[in-house]
Amino acid sequence: MSHLLEVRNLVTTFRNEGKEFNAIEGVSLHVDRGEIVGIVGESGSGKSVTMLSSLQLIASPGRVAGGEVYLEGIEQNLLSFGSDSEQMRQIRGGRISMIFQEPMTSLNPVLTVGYQIQENVLLHTDLSQEEAKKRTIEAMKMVNIPDAETRYDYYPQQFSGGMRQRIMIAMAMAPNPDILIADEATTALDVTTQAQLLEMIRRIAKETNTAVIMITHNLGLVARYAERIYVMYGGHMMETADCKSIFHETRHPYTRALLRAIPRLDDPKDRILIPIDGLPPVPSQRPDYCPFYARCEYRCDRCLQHTDAAMKEVLPGHWSSCCLTEEELAAREEELQHKDYGASPERKQSDKLCLDVKDVRKYFPVYKGLLRKKVGEVKAIEDITFFVRQGETLGVVGESGCGKTTLARCIMRMYEPDEGQIIFDGEDVAHRKDNELKAFRPKISMIFQDPFSSLDPRQNAESIVGESLLIHKLVKDRGEYAQRVDDLFRKVGMDPALKDRVAHEFSGGQRQRIGIARALSSNPRMIICDEPISALDVSIQAQIINLLENIQAETGISYIFIAHDLAVVKHISDRILVMYLGRVMEIASCDELYENPLHPYTQALLSAIPVPDPVTEEGREAITIQGEVPSILKRPTGCPFHNRCPQCTELCKKETPALHETRDGHMVACHQY
Amino acid sequence: MVRYILQRLGQTLLVLLIVSFLTYLLVDFLPGDPIAAMTGGEISGETYERLFYEMNMDKPVLVRYFLWLKGAFTGDLGMSQSYHRRVVDVIGERVPVTLYLSVLAFLISVPLGILFGIISAVKRGSAADTAVTLTANVCTCLPQFWLGILFMYIFAMQLGWLPSSGFVWPHENFVLSIRQTIMPLLCLAIGGIASITRQTRSSMLEVIRQDYIRTARSKGLKSKKVIYVHALRNALLPVITLMGLRLGGMIGGSVFVENVFVIPGMGSLLVNAISSVDIPLVQGCVLLIAVFSCVINLITDIVYVYVDPRIKVA
Repeated sequence: MSHLLEVRNLVTTFRNEGKEFNAIEGVSLHVDRGEIVGIVGESGSGKSVTMLSSLQLIASPGRVAGGEVYLEGIEQNLLSFGSDSEQMRQIRGGRISMIFQEPMTSLNPVLTVGYQIQENVLLHTDLSQEEAKKRTIEAMKMVNIPDAETRYDYYPQQFSGGMRQRIMIAMAMAPNPDILIADEATTALDVTTQAQLLEMIRRIAKETNTAVIMITHNLGLVARYAERIYVMYGGHMMETADCKSIFHETRHPYTRALLRAIPRLDDPKDRILIPIDGLPPVPSQRPDYCPFYARCEYRCDRCLQHTDAAMKEVLPGHWSSCCLTEEELAAREEELQHKDYGASPERKQSDKLCLDVKDVRKYFPVYKGLLRKKVGEVKAIEDITFFVRQGETLGVVGESGCGKTTLARCIMRMYEPDEGQIIFDGEDVAHRKDNELKAFRPKISMIFQDPFSSLDPRQNAESIVGESLLIHKLVKDRGEYAQRVDDLFRKVGMDPALKDRVAHEFSGGQRQRIGIARALSSNPRMIICDEPISALDVSIQAQIINLLENIQAETGISYIFIAHDLAVVKHISDRILVMYLGRVMEIASCDELYENPLHPYTQALLSAIPVPDPVTEEGREAITIQGEVPSILKRPTGCPFHNRCPQCTELCKKETPALHETRDGHMVACHQY
Repeated sequence: MVRYILQRLGQTLLVLLIVSFLTYLLVDFLPGDPIAAMTGGEISGETYERLFYEMNMDKPVLVRYFLWLKGAFTGDLGMSQSYHRRVVDVIGERVPVTLYLSVLAFLISVPLGILFGIISAVKRGSAADTAVTLTANVCTCLPQFWLGILFMYIFAMQLGWLPSSGFVWPHENFVLSIRQTIMPLLCLAIGGIASITRQTRSSMLEVIRQDYIRTARSKGLKSKKVIYVHALRNALLPVITLMGLRLGGMIGGSVFVENVFVIPGMGSLLVNAISSVDIPLVQGCVLLIAVFSCVINLITDIVYVYVDPRIKVA
């Protein structure tokens, strides 16, 4: 036993409605000193449960039911110590510390950040109160918190999300632990902030020789940062190897399927995503053979007899739990090569404009005081100009607060823009009154981000989908209504027999299909998709992307696809619009934007998004930008990006650059061009 | 911070002004002739005339209100008609008794309620939790006067352990005072203990699920520290609101309890004043209760700022 941390055959059970089931089953892993290890898996795969169980932090109704955990320097199995024992508490925070996903809720709102960091230092070191305060301020400086001495007395809510996560890192690192566990630590942050933080974690880990365990669902992140990777699915360890081997000598069918299902930033335009059919198993109904069996394209009858969850070494240092031999996998792979997944759907684009937005501006007034006096304005979006052709997909990308959603609502005419024109199908709808919009409403619809809260929990699927048929009087009678609803269900790949169910009886992917069917019901010319897949699991995302693409090929509909994930946007869009703090920074066709980004912000954004391929990652040039997206209330004068821009000049600070065409449809708002 | 307190103070004064006007009006609108009620009707026309002008009945109600308000500011709330003394003096004699009981009951119920709440939240699902929750649920719905009569029946009449009524101050006769106040205090405090227990339990359970508690546990803190330092302060926020309400409720509750145990406090005074249509006294009592409630709310708001830094920042 020579590893820093070793987990063997860990089993954790959860109790639900009187029944016990295993959340993780016989999971083993190890970490060595100074190493960065990634654990990837979809939600519910048991990656967080594994780490929480190792530290005995699993909360009721969960219970660690078996296994061993060894930490260097301690002879005994850590699980033999009680959860609240002195030894375990010394290890938690002192030798293994953890940072969590939600920076907004992971810090105590009624205690100062200084207290919270210092508490950890005092607990695990022999330092005096004063020395601990010094160490705390050093830790805050290490994570680049400006004015650490003053900020020591601040409360968490006085910091932005990225800053809070820095404080979490400072807190975790202050007692010099041996291992840092980062549980989806950057998932909730903007992509540029995410890149900054992960670079920082890597730097600190290497400087202090701390091992890092990165838990994430993002294959790109582990490709960029991890040295060794574990892949989990359905509570089982599926495959582990060093980073390059995982991506280039992929053994397990699940990992292979995952890599074929996710879009990449460097994809050719016509790549088709091959979705993984079906849904991940519910923990309580998991089979005792391979949990991926039902969705696996390589499965054979032998899999059903293979109930041993342990991984076997298939190549030096490369372990897999799949029972198929290399020859069998290769033979099946050969067959799959010839399987017809259907070509990338052919899309009919016309030159006719579906939507033409000119100089749209929307400010929101800010009221204050007893008399609700107007004291200012939130400049949500301004000078927005773009167009969308019929049958085309325009991707809109930008970080939080950039006005994506305000823009969508203006186009939907849920808001009336203060200024500008919104020409839809040849008619300006920007300033029409509600009753004049009747003819416009059915022509445009929307798909929302959260499939859980965007469907009425008390309405059944049929009436959710069919409601707008009735509102817009698109059907003559009951029979035609039923016919249309059934058609819509089939169109989104669902069985019309399910139409009596209510929203909570469907899975996330199915709900999003219902959302799409609802959007399609009025035969719109355009659908605005506001982050339609970001709440879904990786293996489900591809299904929805393909569905949207097929619908477009069939009906010639236009999409505005809003997302923060540039890889997905690039996959689905024809042209991309980049927004920052309420302004358009750049518009270009997909390939042009990716190969030749002009705006420094676009360059930074592209560079911040990792590609799930370690070899490509090594060859990429890293552009990191300073700081975080400022609040929309504090938009800098001149170019909104100037205070973070590496190429900022005096002119940028004074004058806002206008959007202008540099060549063939490539528009940019930057003084350099 | 100072600005915030001044703002709250201003709002409190405004509320008081409105409340006092409404109570004045309400009492004024009572059916029946106040002069007749006061004197029992057997007076000469001349006396009636004199009293009519003495009580400013010839002036419009708004003017009378302002005259009364002016008096209130200078400590003159008029004459009580049933006691034939100044209202201020009558109330002044009774207020300390009510305050003594209410504050004492409050001081008993807050720590006990919080303690029981923590115990049942931390040991969720255990026998202790079930017992505490069940008792608290039953106790919140027991009416105070019913409890009073029940206690009196058991402890005074059946067991004979405690005196059934009366009130003396502890410095007059310490042992008797304690024996006399046990039952009224229990009546006043039980509802408070129960509702604070319930609120503490539910907000503790809510807080314990929060991410920052997981963070605190992942640091290796002792469970006690996690609960008392990290969880309790957050869990107390809704409890503070409730405490303010309970203190106000206890002053209101004293109306019943004082009547049951024959205690010469504000509560019994108010009941007497209403039944004898002693209008100046009713107005004085209601005004004082309104002032108490407003001050308690003000204190609650200020305490809030100290416990929850989010308010200070925002």
